[in-house]
Amino acid sequence: MLGVIESRMKQVSIAILVGLAKFFSGASVRWVDCTPDECQRVYYANHTSHLDALILWASLPKNLRALTRPVAAQDYWTGGPIRRYLANLFNAILIDRKKVKAHNSPVDILNEEIAKTYSVIMFPEGTRTPSGEMQEFKSGLYYLAKKRPDLEFMPVYIDNMNRVMPKGELLPIPLLTCITIGPPLWLEPDESKLAFLTRARQAIINLKEREEA
Amino acid sequence: MRLTMLAQALDQSLLDRPALILLLALLSVLALFAVLGQFLRRQTSVQLDPAIIRTFNNRVVSWMTICAILSGTLMFERWVTVVFFGLISFWALREFITMTPTRRGDHRTLTWVFFLFTPLQYVMVSWNLLRLYTIVIPVYASLFIPARIAFTGDVKRFLERTAKIQFGLLICVYALSHAPALLYLELQRFDLVSGQYVEWNGKPAGLLLFLLVMVQISDTIHFVCDRTFGRYIIAAHVNATRSWEGLMLAGFGTGLVAMIIQFLLPVTPFTWYGAGIMAMVISIMASSGTMTLSAIKRDRGVKDYGTLVQGHAGVLDRIDSVCFAAPIFFHMTKYFLGKPDTLAAAGDWFPMFYC
Repeated sequence: MLGVIESRMKQVSIAILVGLAKFFSGASVRWVDCTPDECQRVYYANHTSHLDALILWASLPKNLRALTRPVAAQDYWTGGPIRRYLANLFNAILIDRKKVKAHNSPVDILNEEIAKTYSVIMFPEGTRTPSGEMQEFKSGLYYLAKKRPDLEFMPVYIDNMNRVMPKGELLPIPLLTCITIGPPLWLEPDESKLAFLTRARQAIINLKEREEA
Repeated sequence: MRLTMLAQALDQSLLDRPALILLLALLSVLALFAVLGQFLRRQTSVQLDPAIIRTFNNRVVSWMTICAILSGTLMFERWVTVVFFGLISFWALREFITMTPTRRGDHRTLTWVFFLFTPLQYVMVSWNLLRLYTIVIPVYASLFIPARIAFTGDVKRFLERTAKIQFGLLICVYALSHAPALLYLELQRFDLVSGQYVEWNGKPAGLLLFLLVMVQISDTIHFVCDRTFGRYIIAAHVNATRSWEGLMLAGFGTGLVAMIIQFLLPVTPFTWYGAGIMAMVISIMASSGTMTLSAIKRDRGVKDYGTLVQGHAGVLDRIDSVCFAAPIFFHMTKYFLGKPDTLAAAGDWFPMFYC
């Protein structure tokens, strides 16, 4: 009985949050040269705001939302009851940023968590940038690609989100934002770490330029 | 049984019989245009620019949506219509600010603009606090915005950023809020036979409908004249098609239509010539609104507010003409036909305002 109420509450909270996210972001999503699919994917995006993960998650079709989990920093998302509740609500994969060791590697945890069903949302820059300018990518993306060559890596460009809620602000303002999801890419055989990360980053920049054109 | 219920609902609505007929006529004309537009779109033999047809269809569909929702809200109390216009304002303002480059330092100011001044304006309209809502945005918000930005310490392009936010708030929220405010006016009528002011017994929706119908007629005449024979372009850099012929004909044409409508369906307290003059003013203001917002768009290098983000309809593109016409129409109506001392003062609501 309690379990039923709990899961019902979870559904309601998710519906409210998705509604709010869509309202604040203007709910405009574009799939460029690709379509929504239930296959395992890694959505990696530029990171400018706390709301990025929520907005991106909310912009996916409902059937994909149940299969997609955001990757989040453990130290931040367990730091208080509300954050913990939210992390639980979105079924987030929490990664400990401080204790990255060979026997405790985030990529292994990630691989275990997604198994053969889930897709993930990642922000390979690692942290938000105040200006909205994209930084270099951390190498996690590459190691994940190496471990799981079957995953599709989907570049996502989130536009205007740094104006909706810049780093350090409490309240968002309801400007129109746009999410562009690009064609998937895979790790080529013999592709070096640097080459892959540059190519992945360039894919987001291409989406950005495409939108500005 | 059903019919009596419907009649009862109409009795309680904001529409009297002429206003209802005008509303139905408006909806059917728009529906007709929509069908015509779809027919032209499929037509390959007619030598028409597909871009023109697309523009036409976009306009008709968005106006039809607005009018259909409006005819629903007019069935209820006045505040429902006010809320509807509030939502339009909110959407228009977010389009405007999205297009306008603001800086990090403007974030808190914009939060106040979106979540305090916009709803407050419409709350004041629905409470009929005329003396307050005509000054809150042009005076208080205009002083608050630069001060709040100054407190953040970011001085780069200070005056420009301030002006942009002020202008957006003034046009999208303040000006548009005068359209639903028409529902709250208490008016008298000038009787031509006796030469005296007498009581006007019409229901409030008539004035709002008059404004919207005249704006649309003006826009339509302008559009048709510009595309068919307009040769003397007003300002090609601002709008490549708007011509002086269109402006003049829209003014006179709208005035003429208004006189006919006033004669057949008296939805407003105006005399027949009064309706003509009002409609001409509305037409000129509507054209000015479209030109002004076009100038802003050209300066920013965008075609439509709707194309900022693909898939959005561009509310501001449709209502720019109403935004400019509404406050002038409101004030002219109030100056000429408003009953003296019937408008609620802030003091009636908050006694402290008397001190």
